[in-house]
Amino acid sequence: MGKILMKGNEALAEGALIAGCQGFFGYPITPSSEIAEYMARKFPQLGGIFLQAESELAAINMVYGAAATGARVMTASSGPGISLKQEGISFIAEAELPCLIVNISRGGPGLGGIQPAQSDYFQATRGGGHGDYRLIVLAPSSVQEMMDYAIEGFDLADRYRIPVMLMAEGTLGQMMEPIYVREPVKPAIEKPWATTGCAGRSPNIINTLHLSPEVLEHRNQHLQRKYDQLQANESRAETFMTDDADLILVAFGLMSRVVKKAVIEARKQGIKVGLIRPITLWPFPDAIIKEAAEKAQMFLSVEISMGQMIEDIRLAVDGAVPVDFYGRIGIIPNPEEIYSEIIRIAEREGF
Amino acid sequence: MKTVAARPESLTGAQYHYCPGCTHGIIHRLVAEVIDELGIREKTIGICPVGCAVLAYDYFNCDMLEAAHGRAPAIATGIKRMLPENVVFTYQGDGDLASIGMAEILHASARGEKITVIFVNNAVYGMTGGQMAPTTLLGQVTTTSPYGRKAEVEGYPVRMAEILAENEGSAYIARTTVNKPANVRRTKKAIKKAFEIQQKGLGFTMVEILSACPTNWGLSPVQALEWIDENMIPYYPLGEFKNKEA
Repeated sequence: MGKILMKGNEALAEGALIAGCQGFFGYPITPSSEIAEYMARKFPQLGGIFLQAESELAAINMVYGAAATGARVMTASSGPGISLKQEGISFIAEAELPCLIVNISRGGPGLGGIQPAQSDYFQATRGGGHGDYRLIVLAPSSVQEMMDYAIEGFDLADRYRIPVMLMAEGTLGQMMEPIYVREPVKPAIEKPWATTGCAGRSPNIINTLHLSPEVLEHRNQHLQRKYDQLQANESRAETFMTDDADLILVAFGLMSRVVKKAVIEARKQGIKVGLIRPITLWPFPDAIIKEAAEKAQMFLSVEISMGQMIEDIRLAVDGAVPVDFYGRIGIIPNPEEIYSEIIRIAEREGF
Repeated sequence: MKTVAARPESLTGAQYHYCPGCTHGIIHRLVAEVIDELGIREKTIGICPVGCAVLAYDYFNCDMLEAAHGRAPAIATGIKRMLPENVVFTYQGDGDLASIGMAEILHASARGEKITVIFVNNAVYGMTGGQMAPTTLLGQVTTTSPYGRKAEVEGYPVRMAEILAENEGSAYIARTTVNKPANVRRTKKAIKKAFEIQQKGLGFTMVEILSACPTNWGLSPVQALEWIDENMIPYYPLGEFKNKEA
């Protein structure tokens, strides 16, 4: 089949269906609502469950219950709604219930605006709610990847029994691009832990309360081992022209495509620049950045925020070279702006 | 030899952690007996609250989940929607259901979720040490209403059975108590009716059970049972408020 034109939010929703998603529980919020609307149209014909909850709190707890039955289920929202879901996400992380949580992100703090932003980076990559936990956070950069990562997100969630967050700027949710639609996937992972009624087995309990300090610590160590495994095996990034680069720009999501354009232009001027695009925001691709820091002279974090990912870049670089920052909020910097920033740094540093 | 009384199969037999004179134990047993009698243990999924019954997953011998404070009806919704053939119940206290979980319970009822809610109303926050609940009576002394609940300061106690009975989605709503044998029998009957109506798919079902908390009321177990008669029932009348089968 050839390519078809799809909107980011709808490609993501279709990707979830391709992955065998059977339930969507959500609450309307711009710029994510098309995902819910798509599911509301599709699920009645497919035999899946679409339910508009009374609140984000209820929606994430419906996901908790539905995921506990072993079904592939999801929710989608945006910044303020994702904040409301944090209580449930903490419970889901500790209960180790696989599910997909989508943040079609907008600018904050507070009600902020509906313009694109990446300022939920801290919230997404630090767990977001109470307690020591992490999510796998995938950052697509195209409408094709909105679909692909939704499918992959469900696989990762099942394999590691972890909530997976897919975070994309509002623009990516709203824009249209031609994409290849993937073949349907049949979820293959057994879930003997699911609460489905105890016929023929002893009862399953899904619980996050651990009153004994020993058990609590044991649970946390168990989660930590999983997170260590994720850091070792699942961190991913795309690198572009980094081998001989003096200056390496780091950007994720849609922002990375703008940066790539500026990098190509700067290369035409003979400036040795490259790009690293983290695909997993957590686990963060530390090793790739650390390795690049052995040859590069400098890093530049380009974000649609006031500077959040830059902290992870600095941790990865570990003082080896300076890390500079360029960011806007509510406005995606255009390629010319990034190009000018590259030129300014190159002239200043003599690259 | 004939066995006349035994532990229901739907209870694990784990020793309860409840205080002396607390009526949670009676209510657990009634729920378990009903599950046994209906033969639904292997397809029942229960959800515990945050509150004194938070550990109920240790006591019920069926698949169980533990919820965040007040969110049990939303979790029950997620389960029941995915597994409509199963039987789903929540077990919630008054702080959990009528305060922090007001939105979840009201909307589960409005949507007519085919679940059964066991609502234990003892007019006080038990597990956290006797603070005022939304169901605390006017004049009742608690640790956060130390001079007695006053309408002009803390407002009025909420009558959940009456509120939820108003929702079209509610199929069975009753209020009972367990302070004397006859009332225990009536409570069991109501619980059974609620589970049966859930199985018939008629809508949302809830049994509100007036329950004793001698520890936080500062009364002996016997006095606490009398206190239900003297103080709770006049404000929280017993009876069926909705029965779509009737």
